[in-house]
Amino acid sequence: MGVEQHKDLLGSIGVDVDRHAKMMAMGLDAYKAQFLGQPNRPKAMEYFDWFMSEIQGQRIAEINQLRAEKKPAVGTFCIFVPEEIVVGAGGACYGLCGGSNATIADAETELPRNICPLIKSAHGFKLQRTCAYTQSSDFIYGETTCEAKKKAWEILAKHHPVHVMNIPHMKREKDLKMWQEEIEEFKEHIEGVIEKPLSLEAMKEGVRKVNAKRSALQRLDKLRSSNPDVMPISGKDCLWITQVGFMDDIERYTAKINELCDELEERVREGVSVFPKGTPRLMALGTPFAPPNWKLHTAVENTGGCVINEESCIGHRYFKDNVDIEGVESEEELYARLMERYSKIDCACFTPNTGRIDKIVQMYKERQADGVIYYTLSFCHTYNVESHLVTEAMAKEGIPCLVIESDYSPEDAGQIKTRVEAFLESISFKKKAQAFANK
Amino acid sequence: MFWGVDIGSTYTKIIGIGKEREIVHSAVIPTIFNQDVIVGEYLADKEVKMLVATGYGRYMLEESHGAPVISEIKAHAKGAYFFEPSVATVIDLGGQDSKVIKMGESGSFTDFRMNDKCAAGTGKFLEIAANRLGLDMQTFAKAGFAYDKELTISSMCAVFAESEVISLIAKKESLANICYGVHESIASRLASMARKFVVKEGETIVFTGGGALNPFLHHMLELKLERKIVIPKHPQLMGAVGAALSGFEVVN
Repeated sequence: MGVEQHKDLLGSIGVDVDRHAKMMAMGLDAYKAQFLGQPNRPKAMEYFDWFMSEIQGQRIAEINQLRAEKKPAVGTFCIFVPEEIVVGAGGACYGLCGGSNATIADAETELPRNICPLIKSAHGFKLQRTCAYTQSSDFIYGETTCEAKKKAWEILAKHHPVHVMNIPHMKREKDLKMWQEEIEEFKEHIEGVIEKPLSLEAMKEGVRKVNAKRSALQRLDKLRSSNPDVMPISGKDCLWITQVGFMDDIERYTAKINELCDELEERVREGVSVFPKGTPRLMALGTPFAPPNWKLHTAVENTGGCVINEESCIGHRYFKDNVDIEGVESEEELYARLMERYSKIDCACFTPNTGRIDKIVQMYKERQADGVIYYTLSFCHTYNVESHLVTEAMAKEGIPCLVIESDYSPEDAGQIKTRVEAFLESISFKKKAQAFANK
Repeated sequence: MFWGVDIGSTYTKIIGIGKEREIVHSAVIPTIFNQDVIVGEYLADKEVKMLVATGYGRYMLEESHGAPVISEIKAHAKGAYFFEPSVATVIDLGGQDSKVIKMGESGSFTDFRMNDKCAAGTGKFLEIAANRLGLDMQTFAKAGFAYDKELTISSMCAVFAESEVISLIAKKESLANICYGVHESIASRLASMARKFVVKEGETIVFTGGGALNPFLHHMLELKLERKIVIPKHPQLMGAVGAALSGFEVVN
C-alpha cells in the first residue's frame, strides 16, 4: 500500500517510518472494518476508499512535489485559516493529524492531562513524528480560539515552525479591523515562504477554487439531508468525505465530490436509500470529528439511526459560506471580503454566539430532522459550556437532544452506544405514536 | 417462560415470567468472563419461549443466542412502571453508570440523562470507598447513619476521591463520618442529574439498581431532593424484569 511505496520520502521528511507504518496499518484496518461493510454504498465512494489507502502515501508525495516547486504547504487545526491565500499561491493547505488516541500518552510528557484530546493528539503526532502531513508542512498555522491551543503553540513551536494568527473572541468593529490585519499578515507570511510577491489575481483564483470546493460540499450536504425518506449515502461516508476535504488536492477533490453528487442525485430521483424508510435522522452538533474519530457515527448508524449533517468544523461550519469577490479590485477589498466571510463562522470561541443557535433550529426544520446529538470533546470548554444554551433552546423548540461528552479513548464506546440506542428508541416511539395518533 | 437477562458490569440478573406476568424465576450472579455461556448454562434445562437481553453485555447474548436486545434505559423504565405504575422519574444507580429517566405514558420514557465516561457517581465509586475502609457493602451502607459531622468529598473523580478518603482516614475522622461523606457526594451527583426532571410535588420517584439496596444512600437522596423516594421490591432486577416484559408484550 501507499506508505510502503513512499518509505524513502517519508524517511527524508523525518517520519518515524516503522512506527508510522504500524499506525497506518491499524488505521486502514479500522477503516475497512467500519466503512467497507456498509450496504449499498455509492460507486463514487471508491475514490474516497482509495484516498484512505494513499492518505499518508501518494498524497504526501504530491505535497512534497509542491514544496519542491517552492509552493507553500500549510498545516492547520482550525477553519479560520484563510486557505484561499495558500491555494492562490499554488500550495496546499491541509488539516493535521489530531484524532487518534495513540499519540496522547506521548503528548502528556509536555502537556497537561486535562486539556482537549485534539490538542494532545496533534502535539503527540509531532513528538512521535508519525504524521507525514505535519512533517511535510512549511509551518503550522496556529490560532487563538482557546486557551489550551494558544499556550500549546508555544511548546509546539520548539519542535516545528508555527505562525499564530490572533482570532478575536468578539465581533465588534475594532475586533474585525484587527482580524483583517491578521489576514494581511498571513499573506505576507506566505510570501515569505514562496520568496516572491503574491498577486491579487492569484489570490482571487485561490478564492474561486475554494468557493468551488465549498459549493460542492454544500451540494452534498443538501443531497444527503433534504429528503426525509431517501438517504442516498450514509452519514459516516459523508463524514469521511468531509475529513478527506481537509487533506486532498483541492481541484481533484471538488471534481470527485461533484461526481458523487451526480450519482446521489440519480439515487434521490430513483428513491435509492441506504437506510430504511422511517430511520431516525439525526444532526450531530458541536466539536469537530478529526479522523479517525468515527465513534459517534458508528454508534448511531450501527444502532438503527442515521446522521444527516455535522454542525461542526469538520462539517457544515467549514463549508456553509463562500467568499464574495464580485467587483473586488484591490487587495484591501479582498481582505475585507475574506474577513467578512471568516467572521460568519459561528465558533463557540465567540461571545455572544447566539447566531449559532438560531442556525441550528433553522437547519433542523429545513432538514426535517428527528433529533440532535450535541457532541463535545472533554475539556473543550467553549463548546461544552455553550451546550447549555443550545440544549435549552432545543427544549424550548421541542427538539429531542442528547449530549455526549467523550474523548478519543475507546472505553466509553459501550456507554455511548447505550445512550444512542435509548435516544433512538425514544425518537422511534415518538414517531410511531405520532403516526398512530394521526391515523 | 419469558426470560429477561440484564448483563451488568458487576452482576447479571436473570428473570423468568409466566403467562400472568408473574415472576417465577429470579437469579443474580456475578458477571465474569463469557457471561453469555454462563447464562446459556443457566437456561439449559428451562423452557424458553422468549429471551430478551439488556445491560452492558446485551450484545453477547444477541450474538450467541440470537436474543433481541433493548437498551437499559427502556428496560428500567418498563420494569419500574410494572412495579410502580404511577412512576414519573426513575433514578438508577448501577455498577458503572448512573441514569435518570423521565417517564412517558404506559411505561415508555421521554428523556434521560446518564453519567459521562467517568466512574464518579456510579456504584463503582461506592465499592472503591467501601474497600478502602475495609467494609462489606452492607456494613458500609449502614455505618453512615451514625454520622455527627457533615464531611464532604469534593473530588470529581473516583480515583481522586479514593485518595481523599485516605486523607480523611489519616486525619482520624470517624468511620461513620467518612461513610457519610462518600454517600453525600454520590447523592448530590444523582440529585443534580435528577433535578432537571423532578418537577412536580407529589410525583412518584423510583430508585432502582444495586445502589437502591443501600439504605443510607436512599436516605441521603431523599434529603437532597426533598421528596419521598420509592424503592420497588427488587430494585436490582428492574432491567431484567423490563427485558422479560418487552418479550412478553411482543408475543402476547
